[in-house]
Amino acid sequence: MNSQSTKRSILSLSSDKIDIRYVAKLARIALTDDEVQRFGQQLGDLLEHVNVISKLDTDSIPATAQVVESRNVEREDEVRPCLDRKTVLSMAPQAQGSFFRVPRIIAEDG
Amino acid sequence: MSTVERSGVDVARAVNAREISAREVTDATLGQIDAVDERLGAYLTRLHDMARAAADRVDARIAGGEKLAMAGVPVAVKDNMCLAGTRTTCGSKILENWIAPYTGTAVQRILDAGGIPVGKSNMDEFAMGSSCENSALLQTRNPLDLSRVPGGSSGGSAAAVSAHLAAVGLGSDTGGSIREPGAFCGVVGFKPTYGRVSRYGLIAFASSLDQIGPLTRTVEDAALAYDVMAGYDPMDSTSIDRPLEPTFSALRDDLRGKRIGIVKEFETGKLGAAIDAVYKQAYRDLEKLGAELIEVSLPTADYGLATYYLIAPAECSSNLARFDGVRYGLRVEGNDVGEMYEATRAAGFGPEVKRRILIGTYALSSGYYDAYYVKAQKVRTLIGDDFKKAFATCDLIACPAASSPAFVSGAKSDPYSMYLMDYYTIPMSLAGLPALSVPCGSVSVEGKSVPMGLQLCAPIFAERELLSAAHAYEKATMHYKNNKLDVSLHRAPTGNLV
Amino acid sequence: MSNIESAHAVGGPQPSAGGRGAEGAAPSKWEAVIGIECHVELKTNSKMFCGCANEFGGEPNTKVCPVCLALPGALPVANRVAIEHMIAAGLAFDAQIPEFSKFDRKNYFYPDMPKDYQISQFDMPLTQGGVVRYWLEDGTMKECRLTRIHLEEDTGKSTHSGSGDGRIAGSSHSLIDFNRAGVPLMECVSEPEIHNADEAVGYLEALKRTFVQLGVSDVKMEEGSLRCDANVSIRPVGAKELGTKAEIKNMNSFRSVHRAIESEIARQIEIVESGGRVVQETRGWDEVTGTTHTMRSKEQAHDYRYFPDPDLVPVEVDRATVERIRKDMPELPPARFARYHCEFKLSVAQATQLVENAPLAEYFDACVNASKNAQQSVNFVLGDLSRLANESDTPVYESPVKPQHVAELITLVESNTINSKIAKELVGRMWKGEGAPKSIVEKEGLAQTSDPGAIDGFIDGVLAANEKSVADYKGGKTNVMGFLVGQVMKASRGKANPALVQERMKEKLT
Repeated sequence: MNSQSTKRSILSLSSDKIDIRYVAKLARIALTDDEVQRFGQQLGDLLEHVNVISKLDTDSIPATAQVVESRNVEREDEVRPCLDRKTVLSMAPQAQGSFFRVPRIIAEDG
Repeated sequence: MSTVERSGVDVARAVNAREISAREVTDATLGQIDAVDERLGAYLTRLHDMARAAADRVDARIAGGEKLAMAGVPVAVKDNMCLAGTRTTCGSKILENWIAPYTGTAVQRILDAGGIPVGKSNMDEFAMGSSCENSALLQTRNPLDLSRVPGGSSGGSAAAVSAHLAAVGLGSDTGGSIREPGAFCGVVGFKPTYGRVSRYGLIAFASSLDQIGPLTRTVEDAALAYDVMAGYDPMDSTSIDRPLEPTFSALRDDLRGKRIGIVKEFETGKLGAAIDAVYKQAYRDLEKLGAELIEVSLPTADYGLATYYLIAPAECSSNLARFDGVRYGLRVEGNDVGEMYEATRAAGFGPEVKRRILIGTYALSSGYYDAYYVKAQKVRTLIGDDFKKAFATCDLIACPAASSPAFVSGAKSDPYSMYLMDYYTIPMSLAGLPALSVPCGSVSVEGKSVPMGLQLCAPIFAERELLSAAHAYEKATMHYKNNKLDVSLHRAPTGNLV
Repeated sequence: MSNIESAHAVGGPQPSAGGRGAEGAAPSKWEAVIGIECHVELKTNSKMFCGCANEFGGEPNTKVCPVCLALPGALPVANRVAIEHMIAAGLAFDAQIPEFSKFDRKNYFYPDMPKDYQISQFDMPLTQGGVVRYWLEDGTMKECRLTRIHLEEDTGKSTHSGSGDGRIAGSSHSLIDFNRAGVPLMECVSEPEIHNADEAVGYLEALKRTFVQLGVSDVKMEEGSLRCDANVSIRPVGAKELGTKAEIKNMNSFRSVHRAIESEIARQIEIVESGGRVVQETRGWDEVTGTTHTMRSKEQAHDYRYFPDPDLVPVEVDRATVERIRKDMPELPPARFARYHCEFKLSVAQATQLVENAPLAEYFDACVNASKNAQQSVNFVLGDLSRLANESDTPVYESPVKPQHVAELITLVESNTINSKIAKELVGRMWKGEGAPKSIVEKEGLAQTSDPGAIDGFIDGVLAANEKSVADYKGGKTNVMGFLVGQVMKASRGKANPALVQERMKEKLT
């Protein structure tokens, strides 16, 4: 996350086109060809708009992750009541016995 | 004044004084909802039984000698807030039938204070939108002009409050989602400092920006609801653990000694002569109340939109991963888990949600993280610094609450033109500042009067100052009194509106 | 490759095996380079970010709440004790505890991970660096540096159905239990400084005994509270550059770690020596076949999209907390091992046995303190006392036998007041709660008799009653001496000083 790499990535942005299929795969959303086309266009446009921030010199600027600085918000190690299983499993799209059931997992899903 | 038109403060006073029962207020409100919401579409779910039961409990507590801050006040709960036993959809097909098994902190505090949940209000899907048109489940109309949008994403709560279907509407604001619909519907929309109100039980859009706040017809009601909801919550690590000063009791009638910053970069001339005139008048009114107007500069505010459309989608791409068809909500079957995920999320999310998940995923992905996400977080620092500099010379900032008044449904088909609606509200969100919109007049469009909102913004934690100033302005101008509900609202359903 | 399967004791380091692959004893021209990643569940009352109980097992999906089930709107709040456990773990290995640390989201979809991201730590873990000191069965001390230990949350558990053997491959569906989801987990990442299977197991045992002693984890591999992966590569001895690594998964015991690493090293040597190239991949260990097999051949570059979790605030570890935790830290295994093995001259096995049982080691230390005799103390503690402990299922340190009693007993033996036979009897009686050994000895007159007159009396009686044995002895069958001494001891009810009996007996028979 040093400024060197930041600069390099920004320089490369203009020539990059968003790989919508790859991103959709990461986000686990199936897209139709029409959506690939449409979203690709819209997101490309949006990226052009957001690229204005690359003009700002932020080399010495810290990143804001939290607007109100706060530290060490921790809970005591105490057990609290859980939800009852009937409620939990009543939400399940598919349950089997005491479990949630999902279709087969293919290793790459991890 | 009819029961449903009473302010929240007035209802609570009357119920505590046993002039009227919570049950009577509730029944009147539910009656009004049943009479007009078919055409308005403010509520996704009406909570007749729960509201009546809650009202009876409040009446019993009052009878037992208790005093409750929000006794009998009818409340619209935005449908991204969990309320145990109610359908909580987030305006999305993916949660269309999900019943929340728990109640979020802010809602619980409202209930404990005697507030009555009359319904779950419509919203842009997952709070992404500025017109409520992104709801996958219902169309909400602007009660002042049914052809127009109510704004968004808290459009249902804004419409409900404006149409007297609740005294208090709970909203959530990520980039303007309380303030903009407030402006569109001619009501007050108040976003507190980030972290003032617990997010526990608020379905996340962008965690570092989301903040719950009230939509009300008066500033007093906003202060009332805020005082009830605000305060540290051990269930939300980002909620602020510092003393809370009550705002309601500190509301003033004047602005003497206050320096109000007018943002140089937010010159309203570019919004058109009519709009410009409304804001210029509003600034003059502030001056008349004793405030000193000072020009301030927010040079990086113009980068707010770009910054926001990297940070908010990045966070949302991660926050919305959990909607995967495994534990709750919609599932579309597939041959394996991967197919199931992709089919579920393809069917469950609408186009705007998909766009934001995709852009956010991209902004966080390998090779782009520094250039987009980290860069945006740094610009966020710059924007915050600009506000700090400005607040060194002024107590409050005044500017427009939205780029335009409420527009006609379907008018903004291009996503980016919709994003521009939040141009004036996003910088405050990025800086975590408390800000509100208060009615400041109207413009005449096609012979109809469409309300406008003035945005006031204060330094972090200065809710008291902010609400006090807004109250003084409201009291002096009374613009909300000019709101006229669309005459078609009370007509028999014609079919073509719904 | 049959010798890989040689019967190692469970988790027992085998220095003779050398860990250099299939050819075992022969000096190899290949050096293995191994790095180990361990996931260790922390011992806390509640989960990492919510108040659900952190307990192994239980009815499926009963230890879940809106937070660990990732219901819409739920938010995490960090468990203070889990953070303190991490600091203790770091300090135990001389790691740096940075003043600033934060939580990040690691984004990927998996059905037993409720949020479809894992709260973890990316670039600012709670502990950085450190050294794990361990020893092999021959007492050789070894070191392996740690890269980091970071804090994260565990996933739920999937059970794969429809494949017949419970494996994911060929399954038709999976069943998920989220009880484990959100349990605090520390990930310990080692530098690639381990060179054979023995060292790998030695390293893991060191982690285990340290975490157990600190009380930060139970480290039960059979319950999955310790899980590890090994990155294995080989290179020519003397080479600096690292070879292509394979990541080995599915090792469910220290024994499987040992076997899997040996098998993998042998596989890689065989490939390279026959002119092939090792490919970078993830390989699963198969306990039944004793081999590793490809799990994911084309290592798809993961794009986890780490970013700081906006639902959590950073952790600032103040130095006072670090010092408090450091001060409360017990003597750690490497120091204790060195003290026992090098200073007290206990055997590697004795020292290891004590080090791995901290309360017993503390008991032992108390015995040594009181008796100033480590050798005798270890004999009693690991001998008679441990035997009684096993028989009665009561730990030595919870028995009525106090370290003071053991010291007294040692003094009685050392001063020849009692002999070892009486000592053994006394241990048994102390175990039953009869109190201090000295008082039993005094009360019952069990003190050893060294009075020559009394001993002669016993001897005379025995000799008179065993004329045949006396004759045998005189005829050259000197081995009857043992029998005759035994008879004297019996006659004296064990109190006669055996050395003196022997001496006088010899005199009388010649």
